[in-house]
Amino acid sequence: MSWFLRSKKNIEHSQQIDMPDGLFVKCPSCSEMIYRKQFEEQLFTCTKCDHHFRITSKEYIDILFDEGSFVETEISITSSDPLKFVDTKPYIDRLKDAYKRSDANDALTVGYGNIDGKPISFACMNFGFVGGSMGSVVGEKFYRAAKLAIKQNMPFVVIATSGGARMQEAALSLMQMAKTSAILSELAEHHLPYISIVTDPTTGGVSASFAMLGDIIMAEPKALIGFAGPRVVEQTIRKKLPEGFQRSEFLLEHGFLDMIVHRKNLHDTLSHVLSTLMEYRVQ
Amino acid sequence: MASNFVLEFEKPIVELENKIREMRNLPNITDLEPQIQELESHIEALRINIYASLTRWQRVQIARHPDRPYTLDYLNFTFTDFVELHGDRGFRDDPAIVGGIAKLNGKSVMVIGHQKGRDTKSNVYRNFGMPNPEGYRKAKRLMLLAEKFHIPIICLLDTPGAFPGIEAEERGQAQAIADNLLVMSGLKVPIIICIIGEGASGGALGIGIGNRILMLENSWYSVIAPESCSSILWRSWDFKEQAAEALKLTAPDLKEHGIIDRIIPEPIGGAHRVPLQIFETLRDVLTEELDQLQHIESRLLVKQRRDKFANMGVWTE
Ligand SMILES: [Zn+2]
Repeated sequence: MSWFLRSKKNIEHSQQIDMPDGLFVKCPSCSEMIYRKQFEEQLFTCTKCDHHFRITSKEYIDILFDEGSFVETEISITSSDPLKFVDTKPYIDRLKDAYKRSDANDALTVGYGNIDGKPISFACMNFGFVGGSMGSVVGEKFYRAAKLAIKQNMPFVVIATSGGARMQEAALSLMQMAKTSAILSELAEHHLPYISIVTDPTTGGVSASFAMLGDIIMAEPKALIGFAGPRVVEQTIRKKLPEGFQRSEFLLEHGFLDMIVHRKNLHDTLSHVLSTLMEYRVQ
Repeated sequence: MASNFVLEFEKPIVELENKIREMRNLPNITDLEPQIQELESHIEALRINIYASLTRWQRVQIARHPDRPYTLDYLNFTFTDFVELHGDRGFRDDPAIVGGIAKLNGKSVMVIGHQKGRDTKSNVYRNFGMPNPEGYRKAKRLMLLAEKFHIPIICLLDTPGAFPGIEAEERGQAQAIADNLLVMSGLKVPIIICIIGEGASGGALGIGIGNRILMLENSWYSVIAPESCSSILWRSWDFKEQAAEALKLTAPDLKEHGIIDRIIPEPIGGAHRVPLQIFETLRDVLTEELDQLQHIESRLLVKQRRDKFANMGVWTE
């Protein structure tokens, strides 16, 4: 299935991050005014410079899965406030704001569906929910999605975008790095493919755990990917960072990505890779 | 090991100690002996009092005390027959993580830990205990070596974080840490983790996946250091005390939330005050823990370790 056929579907976008309404959308990278219809056909990328706008799990599900095949699971898991964390604002209030501003119920959406008829367990982060940060809920949903893959003999596909671990859950958040990596080590023993698709931005605890553990790691063009955020690196070395530092192309050059995939090729590339990895697998 | 470093909250103790020193220099010392004795018992009471009610930030300060024992000190005193093993076989040897074979009460173990320096020169050499990717890769290499020969692994955590530099990013800091989390989750030998000082974020966790997680009484472990947390959430460096409180980063906090298994008591005044005591305590505790783990079949060890982390987290459903 080619991307331009899929894009005829009315892809409804949600949780707008950098996507204003209107007939035209201005590209933040090259300032091109993109006609909205064309913009949606191009799967929310710039028609002139290929800038990839940040989109949410809802859009990725539309892009990747056979129409109507995706079933979201674990929707009833929500964040609590185990540490009664208060900084300039209580964590509980930050969560309330996040529910109001986003239609996702945490920074990770999980479920299963078909890609070209093949069943896949899927997890996708929502950057719009507390900066896509990983706390207990993200860890638990990820864990269950990986478990489902093991139980049903399905590949596991993850789309990452995150500012890192959720600070308001402190050490509990840190442990989600361990929890997600540990279940991936179990998945690996079952010889089931784990594909990580890294999008802009992915830093901190998510990059230093499941985002960088794919059997195959793909990234969207020019995505910011790193352990430390660029501001922290700049403060540490007290120098201006080189052009393109911590972008997908930089990671590809240094050997940390298998490939950079334009969003319009994501579906076909993923489908091809998955069917290849599953071809000789003994059930 | 002693420097003249004094923590703010220890000043009343130091003042009294100085007073005793002055008195001892006086000519009629014998007449003053009862007074000195009284002062000494007063100091001891004061110390017990101060250390019984430490704030979280004060514990962070003890964890960072420049005289606090580091990994190599434990390797020299808690363990015997240490032979250091170097390098990641790929890029270079990272002095911010040390490791090698040693004996614990006569039994062979692989010990890996973060290593800080004691002075400017050694801190530059050790990069203040902040590893680069090759440090994590060395640690992984040593752990796989240990697994190959059925040798149990002990990791000592003490880092202000993984190094956030340009080269560290170029060489894949995130990938190096992530890979260790994955590999450690599947190792078929017992792994014991002990946080001996600072356990800052992924830089600590990168050698922190174990069957048992122990923590020295005055160490800390969290997702971020209080100063950095302050700068991000309060947008100022001035709220480190509040950040330390909010993060609940002490050993008793983490025990309460099921993240660690056991708190190892330190001498009153901190591990650096009576180092020989903490070296012995750790030897006893590690021996006891290892004795229990060594009876467990390797398949179950892996399962127990994975289940342990699977159970971490708090949510509503
Ligand atoms: Zn553009």
